[in-house]
Amino acid sequence: MRGAERIDPLTDLSPGSVCQIVSLELSGLLRRRILDLGIVPGTLIRCIRRGPSGDPTAYLVRETLIALRNEDAAQILVRKLSNGEECV
Amino acid sequence: MILSAEKKRELWQNYFGISLAKDQIGVALAGNPNVGKSTIFNALTGLHQHTGNWPGKTVDNAQGGFQYNQKSFLIVDLPGTYSLLAHSVEEQIARDFLCFANPDVTVVVLDATCLERNLNLALQVFEITPNVIVCLNLMDEASKKNLVIDVPSLERELGVPVVAAAARQGQGLIELREKVFQVAAGSLKTTPRQIIYSYEVEKAVKELLPLVEDIAASNALSPRWIALRLLDGDRTFLKSLDSFLSHEQTSPLSWEESKCAL
Repeated sequence: MRGAERIDPLTDLSPGSVCQIVSLELSGLLRRRILDLGIVPGTLIRCIRRGPSGDPTAYLVRETLIALRNEDAAQILVRKLSNGEECV
Repeated sequence: MILSAEKKRELWQNYFGISLAKDQIGVALAGNPNVGKSTIFNALTGLHQHTGNWPGKTVDNAQGGFQYNQKSFLIVDLPGTYSLLAHSVEEQIARDFLCFANPDVTVVVLDATCLERNLNLALQVFEITPNVIVCLNLMDEASKKNLVIDVPSLERELGVPVVAAAARQGQGLIELREKVFQVAAGSLKTTPRQIIYSYEVEKAVKELLPLVEDIAASNALSPRWIALRLLDGDRTFLKSLDSFLSHEQTSPLSWEESKCAL
């Protein structure tokens, strides 16, 4: 049984966990940039670690490590995955 | 959509600072960063260029030649980019060269170990020029990761020749040279897969096409690509197009009109 899907900003993801991109609430060049980096709806993304002051945060996307500012990551919405689906 | 050889040589010299010899075939080498583009460049040309991230705005220091089948080729190694939609100086250099220099053949080098990420650039190049060859590099790394790539199917899906290579081991280079030769000679036809966008975007493209057709035809540019960039509202592209057209001095009135139409 599936409950109502919970949508969270990417910044809520804690190091080590994986989620799936739902939408990008960004516009203009930054949106284009993020899409070009392979972060598109449906993509799995793993949080690797946070920077020393909690910002930026490193994420693993399609086998590449990408650092995102929390400010930008907050605009990326994700769906948490249930156990067993986790594979990036 | 073909520039006369003389006009092209003039353009390469004046606009990009590259001397293309008479009857020489111009080849552009594009790809994401760190896919082994420079290794392929060095292997094809026999040079030992150490290209890192490029300083400045020119491509004239990343060129080299080779001979094959009694033909002379000049390869231009473009800066590594994830996209041609110009966020950085590197992307702008690569885009302007692919778009305006009208190379006879463009080789897009892809990292076989992360195809998904790399195909984005290939699809963007497909919108600019039909004469594309995909070089699937780092096949040795891919097999170490137990990745098997169905090259014939990929070729069918993309509509262009796909050459599997491991440039560090010297594999695939003979085939790559041959394919470059065949595409340049016109004996190997390519029909790169085109992305069809949403109904709204396609409708807007259709409306813009008549306005940009003349300018595209007289400068060997892709009208669809120009229309798409105009819809993007990409100001760096408008700037490049303006400077390119004023340089070429073939700007017909319809161009001013289409800018007003936006």
